[in-house]
Amino acid sequence: MSTAPKFDDIKVGDALPPLKLPPISRHQLALYCGGSGDHNPIHVDIDFAKKFGFKDVFAHGMLSMAFLGRLVTSWVPQTHLRRLGTRFTSITWVGDVITVTGKVTGKREEGGQKLVDLEVKCTNQNGQDTLQGEATVALN
Amino acid sequence: MQLDKKLIGHTFKPFTTTVEAGKIRLFCKAIGEDNPIYVSEEAAKKAGYRAIPAPPTFLTAITNDDPDKGGLLRLLNVDIGLILHGEQHYEYLAPVHVGDRITCQQKVVDIYDKKGGALWFVVSETELKDQSGKPVAKAKGITVVRNPDAAKK
Repeated sequence: MSTAPKFDDIKVGDALPPLKLPPISRHQLALYCGGSGDHNPIHVDIDFAKKFGFKDVFAHGMLSMAFLGRLVTSWVPQTHLRRLGTRFTSITWVGDVITVTGKVTGKREEGGQKLVDLEVKCTNQNGQDTLQGEATVALN
Repeated sequence: MQLDKKLIGHTFKPFTTTVEAGKIRLFCKAIGEDNPIYVSEEAAKKAGYRAIPAPPTFLTAITNDDPDKGGLLRLLNVDIGLILHGEQHYEYLAPVHVGDRITCQQKVVDIYDKKGGALWFVVSETELKDQSGKPVAKAKGITVVRNPDAAKK
């Protein structure tokens, strides 16, 4: 098992190593359509997206949430993950360059577990948050 | 367009799906996840897992594998082009691995509107249990429905 940081070594305010992602491509959205089973054409079919008032296709919210998952599981093995949640605060367009960041917002002990609360988010190239989420991990 | 609040409490028919290695591989390719534990059983076992684990948000691929896909939109009588994803929350109770058979059951827990009915919010919760009946995760999602009538006013 890869090693997780120790509960006692974590401080509120600590930042997770950020993830800088390549620009969102149409190819990635096609892969995610198949990989996730979310077949909503609005993410892959520009004609359909335009019909419903959008300028272009846009990324599945859940693709970006997967980036939040990657951020956390590249910091601690996923067996430590207890909770992951997010609000989708703005649309992620094809070509957007997303950076994923996180920081420790709290430490607590509950039900015999040592829990660390995190704020995690996706931000686009204009500095606008596209996802504002939170996660909880259990550490030793 | 108005959504029927009487649908709060509606419970969908449960379904069961098997967690497959090939689906996890494609999911990981799509999200840019390259940790070998998600593609190699050997790497997963070496890292202490009993089999290839499902990455955290692969739960969405599990809950999307409903043979009665699109049930929520049919229930609401809403066109798929009008929806956006508002929120998603997962609680992880036990690990999910390749080979597990996961049973999902979704329930509508709230329906409300904002901006004078321009946007509707449908909150649903899904329980995921493994082949032994043990709960492995809880999912809570908020689907936002854009009211096409609101733009015409």
